[in-house]
Amino acid sequence: MEDIIKKVFLFYYEGFKSMTVGKRLWLIIFIKLFIMFAILKLFFFPDFLKTNFKSDSERSNYVIEQMTSPINNK
Amino acid sequence: MEHFNLALVDWSRAQFALTALYHWIFVPITLGTSFIIAIMETIYVKTGDEMWKRITKFWMTLFGINFAIGVATGIILEFEFGTNWSNYSWFVGDIFGAPLAIEGIMAFFMESTFIAIMFFGWNKVSKGFHLTSSWLVAIGSNLSALWILVANAWMQDPVGMHFNPDTARNEMVDFWQVLFSPTAVNKFLHVITSAYTYSALFVIGISAWYLIKKRDVIFFKRSMVVAATFGLITSLMMIITGDESARQVYRVQPMKFAAMEGLYYGQTNAPLVAIGIFEKAPNPNNPKAKEWAAKIEIPNMLSYMAALNPHAFVPGVHDLVHGNKEQGIVSYYDRIARGKTAIQALADYKAAKKAKDTEKADASLATFKDNYKDFGYGYYDDPHDLIPNVPLTFYSFHTMVGLGTLFVLIFILTLYYVVKNKISNMKWLLYIALWSIPLGFLAQEAGWMVAEFGRQPWVVQDYMPTLTAVSNIDHTSVMITVLLFTITFTVLLIAEIKIMLKQIKGFKDGGH
Repeated sequence: MEDIIKKVFLFYYEGFKSMTVGKRLWLIIFIKLFIMFAILKLFFFPDFLKTNFKSDSERSNYVIEQMTSPINNK
Repeated sequence: MEHFNLALVDWSRAQFALTALYHWIFVPITLGTSFIIAIMETIYVKTGDEMWKRITKFWMTLFGINFAIGVATGIILEFEFGTNWSNYSWFVGDIFGAPLAIEGIMAFFMESTFIAIMFFGWNKVSKGFHLTSSWLVAIGSNLSALWILVANAWMQDPVGMHFNPDTARNEMVDFWQVLFSPTAVNKFLHVITSAYTYSALFVIGISAWYLIKKRDVIFFKRSMVVAATFGLITSLMMIITGDESARQVYRVQPMKFAAMEGLYYGQTNAPLVAIGIFEKAPNPNNPKAKEWAAKIEIPNMLSYMAALNPHAFVPGVHDLVHGNKEQGIVSYYDRIARGKTAIQALADYKAAKKAKDTEKADASLATFKDNYKDFGYGYYDDPHDLIPNVPLTFYSFHTMVGLGTLFVLIFILTLYYVVKNKISNMKWLLYIALWSIPLGFLAQEAGWMVAEFGRQPWVVQDYMPTLTAVSNIDHTSVMITVLLFTITFTVLLIAEIKIMLKQIKGFKDGGH
């Protein structure tokens, strides 16, 4: 088992190490993922229903209210 | 309708469109080049010719750059569902949940496992295992596209579901109906074949650049043979699936079909407008209808395209808004009235349930069920608000079809001249091939514009209009994220193009 884990690790390690165009790509990927998850998701994209309501029952009632009372919408 | 925050709806739509448009720069190239690479590698394994291995590796590098920059761009769309489109996400939850979960698992396990073998395994696994991995990457990425396209198709043709008025959610009652609805099958096939076609143009266009520069001629002629053959087959399949898709649109989204053809007044023996330009000035008698400044028509073709019958009646915008008793078409006026009845019945049902008035709850529920199929119409007062942007849908549709036809011609000519070994002398064709890369992208986006603008105002056809799908949030926060996205996406796109161009320009086949 240990042997397999070591082989898989070395496979990825050597693969990443020998990449030619990879370094700049990885930098771009990390910057992109950082912007997406650490900035956008955290500060700009909270889950509206999960954040504002505690249970599915509350969420259902809210959505039905939204659907049936358009006048209450902003 | 005036009570809705239309600025919020517009900014949320703009944000989603921007994200989806950016995401779709990368997806079609991933879907198609993965198969082209697998074919090239198969030739290498079959022939043992080392040049085919180098050809495979070259296109694999470009595939890798595209994959790396594009990876996770689709996740932002899911963020937007939760934040900006929470009513919609709740309403469709159970329908979307299953396909998206399968998509996530498939994409993660198949692509991320086998893509590592594809890139890192050249000298570490057997030829056969490596080739299998390349094919599995292609199949895996295409299967993950299947699920998201099934979800999109369901929004256009909501089948296999049941709306639960107690939870305000749609619940899946028939998974196979969702998966194999004619709309879903045709959407998937049409989208993937168009992605393959675009990828073939990508390979042919870059190869053409090398031939124009007289660099590594044999290497890129071989690439061209594979891509042109692949592109010719897939572009013909794209036309067949597009033709079938049109019939599905006619069946389930007749307003979109009328908009695609700029058909304001329905008719039998309807001609197809092959090329048309709308007059700018509206007709004072019907300001909603656009008149033609010029058009070239093919007699009876629209009727045939819609119903495989050259004499069939095709409803126009006017027939759908005002109804057509002779053709059995219910007017939008009537559907709006039924929709309002359904909305009121749902409100009454909830109130009666809360008051524990069983009799009233049962009666309201029955009324709701009787009128539910027109539920979404009830949010409107003026039926003209239910008409999509006809010129935009028409021009997008005709741009897509026109370019698709041009691509078939490019594949035929490229294949002919490359097989005859005359392609290097055909400078004009090489330049057209090179410029077909941005044209391919334009055709892709035009296709999505037909699908998404043409179905407005619906986010879920007939049940949920876009304006009720948005969350009750401040639209300035949406404006800020649109700005952030625009900056981020522009920088990333420039980075991709620069890395890719550097890779292309700096390449020299060292295996002579």
